[in-house]
Amino acid sequence: MRKIKFVVLFLIVFQALYTIALANENKINIDNISKNLRCLICQGQSIYDSQSEFALSMKKLIKNKISNGASEEEVYSFLKQKYGEWIVYDPEVNKNTILLWGIPLILFMFGGLLILRKVNIK
Amino acid sequence: MKNKQNLVIVICLIFITFFILLLGLKKENNYLPQTTHFKIEDTLTLQSLYSDKKLFLNDLFLKDNFTLINIWASWCLPCKDEHPYLINLSKSFNLNIIGINYKDDNNNAKKFLLELGNPYKEVLIDRDGVKSIELGAIGVPETYLVNKEKKIIKKFIGPLNQNNFNEILNIVKK
Repeated sequence: MRKIKFVVLFLIVFQALYTIALANENKINIDNISKNLRCLICQGQSIYDSQSEFALSMKKLIKNKISNGASEEEVYSFLKQKYGEWIVYDPEVNKNTILLWGIPLILFMFGGLLILRKVNIK
Repeated sequence: MKNKQNLVIVICLIFITFFILLLGLKKENNYLPQTTHFKIEDTLTLQSLYSDKKLFLNDLFLKDNFTLINIWASWCLPCKDEHPYLINLSKSFNLNIIGINYKDDNNNAKKFLLELGNPYKEVLIDRDGVKSIELGAIGVPETYLVNKEKKIIKKFIGPLNQNNFNEILNIVKK
């Protein structure tokens, strides 16, 4: 009898801890996703920072999607389909953003060349 | 000689940067609605304001004509401004209009429609705003024109005006 009680107690504690861990993981996921989303009606703020009606609904939507088993990428692609590339802070490489991604690389290479030249001259 | 050359390069770079920033200033930096047409999911359900039933949004669209989705709230003043246009589209042109009542109180919503008239074939409620986000909304009022293939083909952000009204009629009458 005592053994059964112990097993039941163990299962209850395990279930509770597992639920807490899962909830925490989901919370971290929701926070991470909402930090990478732009609030469209309060520009300059992320969905995570904003307390606007739009941002509150968006957080709820992300929570629902994560609870239904959607991955981070699936949430982004769903929102990009509805609102376009502008909603995410991390833009994809495409013909509109090629300069954005390319210029830092070009500048980096240019700087490297300058340093090499200086070193060689010395 | 070399110093002069460097000076010219630096001045050129300053000018180029200046003109890039100047062009950037003129560029519209506000969010513009996504123009890509997307199909509304078949699984999207909302509760009816009058019957309390859960309805599939796609079931309310006409198979042989356009449908207008209007997101509104009784607390939203611009919604009152655009209401006559919706009444006109519904009464004079028999357009199928579905209303989505956004973050509102049921009684206030019913009172609003009783006072100003009801242009909607069906009024659905979205208490937490999540369903509107699934449609790509950013607030109220917003109006979407949906074609026979259940695709959003035009979005109007903010209250409808005479130009929007004419634009809707031009598309619908084609």
